[in-house]
Amino acid sequence: MFEKVEATSDSPERSASAEGNFYGPLNDQVGPGMNHRIQRLRKLSFDAKPSISIERALHETAFYKENYGHHSVPVLRALNFLDHCEKKTLYLGGDELIVGERGPRPKAVPTFPELTCHSVEDFRVLNTRDMQPYLTTQEDIDTYEREVIPYWHGKTQRERIFNHVPKEWKVAYEAALFTEFMEQRAPGHTALDGKIYQRGMLDFKREIEENIASLDYLHDPDATDRAEQLKAMAISCDAVILFAQRHVDLAEELAEKETDPQRIAELHAIADVCRRVPAHAPRTFWEAIQMYWFVHLGTITELNGWDAMNPGHFDQHLTPFYEEELAAGTLTRDEAKELICCFWIKVNNHTAPPKVGITARESGTYNDFTNINIGGIKRDGSDGSSEVSFIMLEVIEELHILQPGSSVHISSKTPDKFLHAATRVIRQGHGYPSVFNPDTYVMEMVRHGKTLEDAREGGCSGCIEVGAFGKEAYLLTGYLNVPKILEVTLNNGLDPISGKRVGLQTGDPEKFSNYDELYAAFIQQVRYVVDMKMRVSNYIDRMFAKYAPAPFLSVVIDDCISKGKDYYDGGPRYNSSYIQCCGLGTVTDSLSALKKHVFEEKTFSLKRMLGAISNNFEDEEFMRQTIMNRTPFFGNDDDAVDQIAVQIYDDLMSAIDNKPNIKKGGRYHLNMLSTTCHVYFGKMMGATPNGRLAGKSISDGTSPSHGADVHGPSAVIKSLSKIDHVKSGGTLLNLRFLPSLLSREQDIKKLGQLIRSYFTLGGHHIQFNIVDTATLYAAQQCPEDYKDLLVRMAGYSDYFNDMNGDLQQEVIERTENESF
Amino acid sequence: MQSGLIFDVKRYAINDGPGIRVAIFLKGCPLHCRWCHNPESISAKVQKMFNKAKCIGCKSCIVACPEDACVLSVAEGIITDRSLCTGCGACADVCPTKATEMSGRLVTVEEIVAIVEKERIFFDQSGGGVTFSGGEPLLQHEFLLAALGALGRESIHRAVDTSGYAKQEIILEVAKQTDLFLYDLKMMDSSRHKKWTGVDNGRILNNLQLLAKTGACIEIRVPLVKGVNADLQNLEQTAAFVASLAGEKKTVSLLPYHYSMINKYQKLGEVFDGGDMSESTVDEQAEVVELFASFGIQATIGG
Repeated sequence: MFEKVEATSDSPERSASAEGNFYGPLNDQVGPGMNHRIQRLRKLSFDAKPSISIERALHETAFYKENYGHHSVPVLRALNFLDHCEKKTLYLGGDELIVGERGPRPKAVPTFPELTCHSVEDFRVLNTRDMQPYLTTQEDIDTYEREVIPYWHGKTQRERIFNHVPKEWKVAYEAALFTEFMEQRAPGHTALDGKIYQRGMLDFKREIEENIASLDYLHDPDATDRAEQLKAMAISCDAVILFAQRHVDLAEELAEKETDPQRIAELHAIADVCRRVPAHAPRTFWEAIQMYWFVHLGTITELNGWDAMNPGHFDQHLTPFYEEELAAGTLTRDEAKELICCFWIKVNNHTAPPKVGITARESGTYNDFTNINIGGIKRDGSDGSSEVSFIMLEVIEELHILQPGSSVHISSKTPDKFLHAATRVIRQGHGYPSVFNPDTYVMEMVRHGKTLEDAREGGCSGCIEVGAFGKEAYLLTGYLNVPKILEVTLNNGLDPISGKRVGLQTGDPEKFSNYDELYAAFIQQVRYVVDMKMRVSNYIDRMFAKYAPAPFLSVVIDDCISKGKDYYDGGPRYNSSYIQCCGLGTVTDSLSALKKHVFEEKTFSLKRMLGAISNNFEDEEFMRQTIMNRTPFFGNDDDAVDQIAVQIYDDLMSAIDNKPNIKKGGRYHLNMLSTTCHVYFGKMMGATPNGRLAGKSISDGTSPSHGADVHGPSAVIKSLSKIDHVKSGGTLLNLRFLPSLLSREQDIKKLGQLIRSYFTLGGHHIQFNIVDTATLYAAQQCPEDYKDLLVRMAGYSDYFNDMNGDLQQEVIERTENESF
Repeated sequence: MQSGLIFDVKRYAINDGPGIRVAIFLKGCPLHCRWCHNPESISAKVQKMFNKAKCIGCKSCIVACPEDACVLSVAEGIITDRSLCTGCGACADVCPTKATEMSGRLVTVEEIVAIVEKERIFFDQSGGGVTFSGGEPLLQHEFLLAALGALGRESIHRAVDTSGYAKQEIILEVAKQTDLFLYDLKMMDSSRHKKWTGVDNGRILNNLQLLAKTGACIEIRVPLVKGVNADLQNLEQTAAFVASLAGEKKTVSLLPYHYSMINKYQKLGEVFDGGDMSESTVDEQAEVVELFASFGIQATIGG
């Protein structure tokens, strides 16, 4: 504009290099990462194509053929695990510092035929589906068909479940009133506390043996079962020690052949680390990370529990090692960061196990949901953030990979400095970290019966579910399609899609004389469906306890050893079951529309409205627009409708909360997670009274319906804060921000203040999707140019290009906060 | 209770003063800036706005209009004969899609307090508050004073975004109830000011000097419109003037002009005459920041 003015100021956006935390681009840069090693490892992980390894299935099938019937089930499981640890192909890549893979190479995923046995057709679908394919060679498919499939026919957990369930359950399940988690994978969502940094497997084994020695066969009718379980746990300890020892041998062998002196030294160091852990407690930062990694690998090899495994408050666990070594001068900040990067990439190498059946066709993510908790509070209630927390934030920002997921935990004690560092990473738009409120979730857990200290040591795993880390089995049993229950209510118990009876006959809706009668019928249906789901979930729970115990996982979860009970059999100190209720926004808005337009203002008769809904609002656009534009919708800080949401939430809670599961002292609790299930649920539904068209997604988590919130993020937060988050085991709020809303440093600070506001009001979780629509459309047009476009969706992150069209569309449609 | 005419309430306002704020836009303005981003803010009357993209052609408004001012056209959607339209809002009341909306509604001071009160938690966490903008909020000074007084009693931080075009005694009275002025300085040359905004700037500059002497907290806002006021001479004069103001050093927010408001003119049935006005580039904006810095003034882009 002027000729004479030359200097230009720095962009008001952060200058990364000015922070001193970031490495400039390298000459032969192959991608982001702090140095050449990390860049190469990242690229290898990034470029590896997910594939199926049938090795585990072959070992297991051969083992079962030979050994089934010779041992108790827990011992059989443990010996099977030991057998595989002894035989499995090892992988130790060049550049690696943290070692060990579940499969024979990065992103090679084993199958678990004892739970769900893939068919030849499944492999074909996985090989050829557009989204998230898993490659299997024809030779392997032929081998599988010959060796694996015939043996497991009729013996899998999935068959045990589906052969047993009542007819009415099956019909409701097929109508998508709910899903069942345990038909595809083992119960999981487990996270660890700090015990493995104090004690090695040999220490655990000693404790196990002491417990075996002190069994009371005179008075305890379960003593024999306990003995078998404890024996199995001890065998599992041997298995992971053996697995580590094989890495010692391999590292030494590679060192022999290696010519680069630096790599030779590294390989010797790897061997030393693997000699120490997991047999003994770690002494160094490196050993601590490798310790966790062996435990992680053990649990995800033994079974395929949901959400892989989770180190819990990893920064808190590593901090003592970091501080001690830094003070002693045996570790630098950069070395620590490099090791954390190596760990992060290891998790990224471990793609989720692929599903079977219809789910294989529909489902959609490589993410296995390990969710690293950063910051938060310690067991004594003090702030848990440390330098390691900041390093982890840097790693997230620099690596920009799908896994592990990460979350920052912001309590009232968390310093603003940490919050600000976290919001800057959020600003980058990688889709994480998500943000959690320990002040609320600790209360949730105390309400569920945990001690204050155990609750503080807990956090979130998977997506948003809370549990006492290292001491609890908290199982997600499946999603509940709450809007579908309203649909069934409006059809007097029939599913309008299939025409089948799936609910109670709560009366002809046209005969309801007021809103309260309609609502009462809806809640009656909710209770019926919840009870039906619980009966089957309880049955499945027992099936896992009886046929698929997890002796190795039991070693690292209190109090499985002292009780002599398996993780799946009530061994943990706490045993919770969650039912995840989906579509709060959709069902609230639908009831609000019926209340206002049918019962209060009588704009439309119920008959006309039901007719319009069953015709997908064809020729009723005037009605649909009236509903969508002239109904109080959830997410706008409007009490008239927010109170409907509160009532539904409270009634869902009273239908679920505190009902006993079948583990001693265990209870069901409410959870409000939807992950991507709201897309599937929406597909299985007709139009809804809020104007949503048939087949479109329902709302996710506790977020408002798409496009329903028109007063910006603060109004959404006010609406959300009217529900009592402490009564659940997790709520979920997605907010999408366009980058322009966060262009300046002060905007990023305000984002932090928005988070503080929500958490002061008692919110459980919030996450942000920072993208612009143009970018998303462009990504749809030209996927290969946007390979690393990572977006946040309903509790997890994925690559935009790895999502199916429906999910992509949903991301695009979410309220754009820029234009409120 | 006093009531005033507002045309918008914006929550999570992050460009209108410190912290997270709620911005309340008062309708009516004595200036007619050619680049005005809120053309519906100028008239002090309720106005009809129509968004053709949302219209589904249901004709509800045609039926509802008591003056027969609405006609459906295939090409234009609903055409309103503005000479017949009384602004009664019957059309907007029945429009299912909100394609037709009335800009401007009367609210009481109590309602204002209730709207602002909803956002208190965000003010507490961020040091935010309320910002009265417009239009020219001083035009409804009695209502404004009553609202500022009521919000002050609730310990809410109050900002007033003004053109400064008001009687001296009014602005001084408002200053007693205001924690921060966002004060617009558009042009230093009086005749150019009159050409582009419809009024000369004598009163605006006097009021600013006066306010500064009272010790009021003031942040200067300069719209940056190429072809209007973004020339070196005007910006240097502006910077010199700001530097000469009494009291603490004032900061300057540069508000780059952009075309996005053309859509709003269409909704009002008006034609936007952009003339020679154009958007500045990021580099040019940075140059302006430097220029202010050379006068010892800290300038930032955006509010």
